[in-house]
Amino acid sequence: MDMSEMHAIRQHVIDPEICIRCNTCEAICPVAAITHDTRNYVVDAEKCNLCMACIAPCPTGSIDNWRTVSRASAYSVADQLGWDELPAELTADQLAAQGVAADVPPAEMPAAPVLPAAASGETSFQSAQYGATLPPWSAAHAYTNLYGPKAAEKTITATVAGNVRVTAVGHEYDTHHIVLDFGSMPFPVLEGQSIGIIPPGVDANGRAHHPRQYSIASPRNGERPGYNNLSLTIKRVLEDPQGQPLRGVASNYMCDLQVGDKVQVIGPFGASFLMPNHPRSHIVMICTGTGSAPMRAMTEWRRRLRQSGKFEGGKLMLFFGARTQEELPYFGPLQSLPKDFIDINFAFSRTPGQPKRYVQDLMRERAADLALLLADPNTYFYVCGLKSMEDGVVLALRDVAQQAGLSWETIGAALKAEGRLHLETY
Amino acid sequence: MSSITYSDKIPNNVNLSEDRTLQRALEQWQPNYLKWWGDMGPDDSQNFDVYLRTAISVDPQGWAQFGHVKMPDYRWGIFLNPAEKDRKIHFGDHKGEDAWQDVPGEYRANLRRIIVTQGDTEPASVEQQRHLGLTCPSQYDLRNLFQVNVEEGRHLWAMVYLLHKYFGRDGREEGEALLERRSGQEDNPRILQAFNEETPDWLSFFMFTYFTDRDGKFQLCALAESSFDPLARTTKFMLTEEAHHMFVGESGISRVIQRTCQAMNELKTDDVTKLRAAGVIDLPTLQRYLNFHFSVTIDLFGADESSNAATFYNTGLKGRYEEGKRMDDHQLKGGTYKVLNAVGGQLIEKEVPMLNALNEVLRDDYIKDSIGGVERWNKVIEKAGIPFRLKTPHKAFHRNIGALAQVKVSPDGRVLSEAEWKANVDNWLPSETDRAFVGSLMGRVVEAGKFANWIAPPMMGINRQSADFEYVRFN
Repeated sequence: MDMSEMHAIRQHVIDPEICIRCNTCEAICPVAAITHDTRNYVVDAEKCNLCMACIAPCPTGSIDNWRTVSRASAYSVADQLGWDELPAELTADQLAAQGVAADVPPAEMPAAPVLPAAASGETSFQSAQYGATLPPWSAAHAYTNLYGPKAAEKTITATVAGNVRVTAVGHEYDTHHIVLDFGSMPFPVLEGQSIGIIPPGVDANGRAHHPRQYSIASPRNGERPGYNNLSLTIKRVLEDPQGQPLRGVASNYMCDLQVGDKVQVIGPFGASFLMPNHPRSHIVMICTGTGSAPMRAMTEWRRRLRQSGKFEGGKLMLFFGARTQEELPYFGPLQSLPKDFIDINFAFSRTPGQPKRYVQDLMRERAADLALLLADPNTYFYVCGLKSMEDGVVLALRDVAQQAGLSWETIGAALKAEGRLHLETY
Repeated sequence: MSSITYSDKIPNNVNLSEDRTLQRALEQWQPNYLKWWGDMGPDDSQNFDVYLRTAISVDPQGWAQFGHVKMPDYRWGIFLNPAEKDRKIHFGDHKGEDAWQDVPGEYRANLRRIIVTQGDTEPASVEQQRHLGLTCPSQYDLRNLFQVNVEEGRHLWAMVYLLHKYFGRDGREEGEALLERRSGQEDNPRILQAFNEETPDWLSFFMFTYFTDRDGKFQLCALAESSFDPLARTTKFMLTEEAHHMFVGESGISRVIQRTCQAMNELKTDDVTKLRAAGVIDLPTLQRYLNFHFSVTIDLFGADESSNAATFYNTGLKGRYEEGKRMDDHQLKGGTYKVLNAVGGQLIEKEVPMLNALNEVLRDDYIKDSIGGVERWNKVIEKAGIPFRLKTPHKAFHRNIGALAQVKVSPDGRVLSEAEWKANVDNWLPSETDRAFVGSLMGRVVEAGKFANWIAPPMMGINRQSADFEYVRFN
């Protein structure tokens, strides 16, 4: 016997009890190692090169089975065609009888299946695979789900303490800054978290409305410092994304609230889109429209810290997109922030007589500064706004990194693993 | 070519941005499609985050990406398998010539008809299944339903792309009409009858995905052989998605059987009344559902003798199942094939020219494939130690298309009088009572990890997720 015959291999086999004989694996196998008869689909161990191309496309998971055997005693195609179920794994004794020492690891191990990168992510886009699911190391602890269907208290009642418009007056856009006060009831929040609002009444089917989620626009110690309140940025929805007339139930309810009205709230939600709190940590914020809410919260918290004189902040950089200047929430107040405190970049995509500019265009223009920040492990990136911006923004980050000679693979992986890139799009 | 451009409004791997006319046409169709999805897609579930599989490229690594997505945000788009260099036509009169990259004028009408008929089934099944979400047996199954639905939607995109790109104004009009017909609507129904039937309950849904989506597989396989290369490449990619639909059906029925057998063994009975009282679906009822879906589906293959089928083959528009793996002359001029005929109340095999019998050839291949899965269901029953076998009915049973539509035949192939048929039909096809019983079991179960009483949990989660994974977030 040739020595290599004594080696153990991990043989690729298909579970005949789960397989539905759809032929996908056979069609996809680049080396024609998979074959079938009227009974079973099987893998020829002589031909299979463990490339794993068949693993992801299998609709059943039956393809992902492995048995340790000696090369000489690998299950033949004929053996496998006769199976009604997978054979059990061989015991150490049985392997020893085949001439394989029990403690010798298989000479040929399949490469770890390349899991779809977005498998653990929140959305299916490529960009999503870079989004972190963990908060920055210096984030404060977030309380979540204090009120909700699974909590002891289903909802908490808040009182409207303010409702002002924060865009210029126009027909197509009407964005409100709404302050909710929780009185003496506990509702601790952090910048980047969101809450749910339950609109009163019932929907067309007579059921209670679903809660609608809004990001908090105020810092942890209250819209008004030291008060148990928070603010939201809400755009009145009058049409759907295709431009068909549609009156948003919750946004119209919220925008029409009067001071003193009561609102049913659940939450808080979110434990990863949180800001870093260590000195000299930088924050890059990229948003469109009401996606500015968490950015306002983080900026305001840093502004209050700076005023206290007891915190050495890092750089703040904001990329903020809207269709027009009139439509951009908080345009005025943002303008009055000191330039050495925050670096603000506006992009307007529908200014008459001007070419369309999107946040990713601005990011490319600021590539030199962004590249420095990308290379600094103390920089945290936050993206919030319409889903359609997400891919473009992450691609822009990639391009900035690559143009600066940085490895996006390394940086992208680090951004995710270290909780440094947070995506929240809708 | 295999990577998909997601920065475009319409994800695609066909360089859509370089063909402005086509891009504009499809961008005009897109809102109408979304409106159709809003009107006729899954009922009351557009805001759920569903753990869906989305293709990001057509190679093995990229086409099965999983993540929670709202269905209206699913990235429907245009994905073709990579082109095979110098592909040759491998059957029919044009055998040996280069595959067509454009539609030959003389075959335009036939190709359009084939594509429209295929395309029409895709939105139809979404319409048929739109209320099922309200009675799902688990989150896992709900997710599978939605996956099937969004992929049927994508298959519509695939066909509409071909219509828009290769058929000009007619194609665009057909594209609109695909969104206007409605399953089961009297004045503007879907083209094929099986797609106007209701899918009233989950047992029907599983049977439908097992039997009727398998018809889809065979039709797509036949089209994947086509000389019209863009059609072949489109349908090849669709087949990869179609596999999931058959998985839902085969494993769904298998789980129903498993649960029933478990109850039979626990209660030590095969008494239908007792089993129904225990809230499981008795095996004879399963057999009747099987009979129904099998017979309705084999009608979809068309008349047993068809000159159209011969023309489609001769002209290279539509091949046979696994044409490339067959060892004959791929022109079939002299060949014959046996088809069943009803003559004087008897079933008689009749030898006809092979080319005219190609519908029958495809139907017989389909039947063979269907039986395989039914045998796997029988293994589940056998394993539970229960002496019962499910069987596909005779090919002539309950047919409404072709020569066999004129006779009444029992599931075991005996020709019957009208009276015999009437006396037994409730033993062979689901009766009102059967349907009402199955309907009565359809309560909604959506707590993660919980399953309705009439169905067993799956062997394995989607993408190897755990059984109690939150496949759907209801928001």
